[in-house]
Amino acid sequence: MLDCVPAGPLEHTTGKINPAKTCQPIGAMYAALGIHRCLPHSHGSQGCCAYHRMHLTRHFRDPVMASSSSFTEGASVFGGLANLKTSVKNVFAIYDPDIIAVHTTCLSETIGDDVPNIIRQCEIPEGKYVIHVNTPSYYGSHITGFANMCKAMVSYLAQSDGTTRKEQMNVLPGFVNPGDMREIRRIVDLIGVKLILFPDTSDVLDAPITGKYEMYPEGGATIDEIKDSGNSELTLALGSFASNDAADLLQEKCGVTGIPLKLPIGLKATDAFIMAIHDWFGVPVPKSLTIERGQVIDTLIDTNFQYQGKTVAIFGDPDHVIAMTEFVITMGMIPKYVLTGTPGKQFEEEVNKMLEGAGITGSRVKAEGDLFELHQWIREEKVDLLIGTTYGKYIARAEDIPLVRFGFPILDRAVHPLMPVVGYRGCLRLIEQISNALLERRDRDAKDEDYELIL
Amino acid sequence: MEENCSPQAGAPSCLDERQGSIITAGRSKSRITCTTDSLAGSVSQRACVYCGARVVLNPVTDAAHLVHGPIGCATYTFDIRGSLSSGSEMYRNSFSTDLRERDVIFGGEPKLSAGIDEIVAKFHPPAIFVYSTCVTGVIGDDVIAVCRAASERHGIDVIPVESSGFISGNKIVGYRAAAEALVRLITPREGEIVERTDSVNFLGEYNLGGEKWVVERYLKEMGIPINVAFTGDSTVAALKRAPGARLNMVQCTGSMHWTAMKLEEAFGTPYIDVNFFGAQNTIESLQRIAEAWGDPEVTRRTEVLIARENAKIEQEIRKYRAKLTGKRAAIYVGGAFKAIAIIRQLKELGMEIVLTGTQTGKTEEYEYMSGLLSEGTVIIDDANPAELEKYLIEKDVDMMAGGVKERVLAYKLGIGFVDHNHDRKECLAGFEGAVRFAREVWVTTCSPVWSRIRSQADPPVTTEGS
Repeated sequence: MLDCVPAGPLEHTTGKINPAKTCQPIGAMYAALGIHRCLPHSHGSQGCCAYHRMHLTRHFRDPVMASSSSFTEGASVFGGLANLKTSVKNVFAIYDPDIIAVHTTCLSETIGDDVPNIIRQCEIPEGKYVIHVNTPSYYGSHITGFANMCKAMVSYLAQSDGTTRKEQMNVLPGFVNPGDMREIRRIVDLIGVKLILFPDTSDVLDAPITGKYEMYPEGGATIDEIKDSGNSELTLALGSFASNDAADLLQEKCGVTGIPLKLPIGLKATDAFIMAIHDWFGVPVPKSLTIERGQVIDTLIDTNFQYQGKTVAIFGDPDHVIAMTEFVITMGMIPKYVLTGTPGKQFEEEVNKMLEGAGITGSRVKAEGDLFELHQWIREEKVDLLIGTTYGKYIARAEDIPLVRFGFPILDRAVHPLMPVVGYRGCLRLIEQISNALLERRDRDAKDEDYELIL
Repeated sequence: MEENCSPQAGAPSCLDERQGSIITAGRSKSRITCTTDSLAGSVSQRACVYCGARVVLNPVTDAAHLVHGPIGCATYTFDIRGSLSSGSEMYRNSFSTDLRERDVIFGGEPKLSAGIDEIVAKFHPPAIFVYSTCVTGVIGDDVIAVCRAASERHGIDVIPVESSGFISGNKIVGYRAAAEALVRLITPREGEIVERTDSVNFLGEYNLGGEKWVVERYLKEMGIPINVAFTGDSTVAALKRAPGARLNMVQCTGSMHWTAMKLEEAFGTPYIDVNFFGAQNTIESLQRIAEAWGDPEVTRRTEVLIARENAKIEQEIRKYRAKLTGKRAAIYVGGAFKAIAIIRQLKELGMEIVLTGTQTGKTEEYEYMSGLLSEGTVIIDDANPAELEKYLIEKDVDMMAGGVKERVLAYKLGIGFVDHNHDRKECLAGFEGAVRFAREVWVTTCSPVWSRIRSQADPPVTTEGS
């Protein structure tokens, strides 16, 4: 791309040029990896499964295991019944997971395979599970697929034993990194409330190396935990796009109260997350978290002059972008362009409401956009900083704007899946990244006489 | 270690149906089962037809590559290859018709047509490749007709690539779809005459890390210009000049033999096989080209070049060989061509090959491969991670050469890894490439990090609960 984006403005009406989203099945696969001893299964052509595994592997830099129904032309004509039945048999025989999480693809959806009906015909070994979700690639995005798989976990597994509620809380973390899930658990553990976190890819996709290969690493929410989620008092759904559907179903099916929250990225959203737990369970916020919060505010004061008033373009997955927009407003920056590839008008409504509340005008906000469009906007009027996935690097180079890598996927840097952006520690990391990006740019551009030691 | 590999006690380490796809060199005379479809339910490393077609065509730098289907297929191939361009960056953009539910119900043809129009209006590419995907194959969009109409409307080549994923799980079928699209592109229209030139086409070269440029430099010194490469750093106009070349040299057999045969049929251009991975392969290939050219001056220059370049690297290679001799290597790559090239190179470095396999190898290729290997080497077709893992451990492998999915598996087992996939960034061709490859193998095989893993497995401090 680079200089290939023609000088605008040009109306972009058909299809996508340089997409900012991908398809549902990869989200379903990622969610399924957050169940302990689960093998995700892709019901479609082999290429889908290979691409999803490759893409996830490039982001997480860890092995991603998933099986495929290996459709051929025959299956596409006569239906995938035989392929799925054989798959279930083979997967249990050789890979021996506790649970197979089947997701569909555009191919099996279009030919109209009745997956739940096929699963009913499968021989499932005693004590094992097969769950499924419909994830047509031509609807929604990878975030929709993630949300749908979370919902399938609830519909297949969650159950309420009776009327008494256990003093425990469910958290649906959304499509975040294992490092974020680990941090969410740390925060809740500090507060001292019993937590069921699902899905949970920590210790799955950030497992330490031991010199042995574990097909099913130690992490992941256990089937028993997900079943027991129906007995919890409360569900916190982090990120409306990724988590609300599962929380709603849990409320409807098992009567667990669901509270929708933003992803706890940034000061306000982390406060809201912690206060929601505090308010519901009446437990005090531990001093250690109060100290962490104080450190964030202290750091904001130390650095605010570096980013105050700077304009920023943010793109990526809707829940991430919404939370990040709120945080940069907290930091005194101006979100000039805010874009997600995922469809959904509520994205635009939510972001516009925040901008309005902060008295910011003249920003462009769009759901179901692409990077061609974002690039055109930036061509028209430049911003000081770009926050988004690796795919932003072309725009960053072409327009000479610093890029802070954030969200999924990040394909050109390592370590990020282990480092949380949620919670107060996440705030510190984001402040550091944003402030360093701007300072490095300043150093790079400074004339010799303006090149300062102390900034 | 073993009990971690076979999750269920007493479970077979591989399915009975897979037994024929794993053989041992030397010992058995049985033929490997390959080019079959993968078993349903396997964690295969294989991909699909679209994937194969896309990697072959993607390096055509000034063409627009439009993926007709839901978004995923375009996203996963958004600027994925390490193919370098000396000019246009057009090919790095990702174009998709982004089919939605209503398109799947009512047909995607109008959206495809509009998508082509928009690309032409905005980018003015000399050609557009339109890739069909699973859905467009199933709903029966007439991609060929839409392309033909668009071609007439805009006066440029709009070439359909028949790459619906479900046609096969074997990328080779996709290579063929790409080759057909290329032949369609370069076949002169009625009345068009392509000028004959004293030059060579380089088929099956994708300019990863600038590899085509290395070979081009050698050939230039020999006095033979490269007309165009298929498809590394190529342009639509250059490809259209392909029929004018005097000779075709073919590197990646999996993707380009068929094309070479077609070119011979249509334009009478003879072809020879070449391979520029490793010093020995490079020397033999350069000599073969000189021989085919039949000019004593070219032969003389070739020998001068070989002597000089080989002398330059000999000492370096010897240095690495001293460090790598006796180390045990595994290879798992897409095609047999690449596997054979790597086998030869690793042997040149004194390494012992204990495991090898491919996603798409053919019976005769496996037989040839088997002849290069010592007795006891395991050969696997379409391996799944469980099989790779089993043999990587059993054969006590020090270093593996493979693609993106194998890298993390090798690392988790504490085994070194060299990327030899189509998305690598390093130039591994020619004499300098041989040194770079040797260096990469040394870096990963002899990295101090592996000794840290052993201490991690047996930590100095026992923590609570362990």
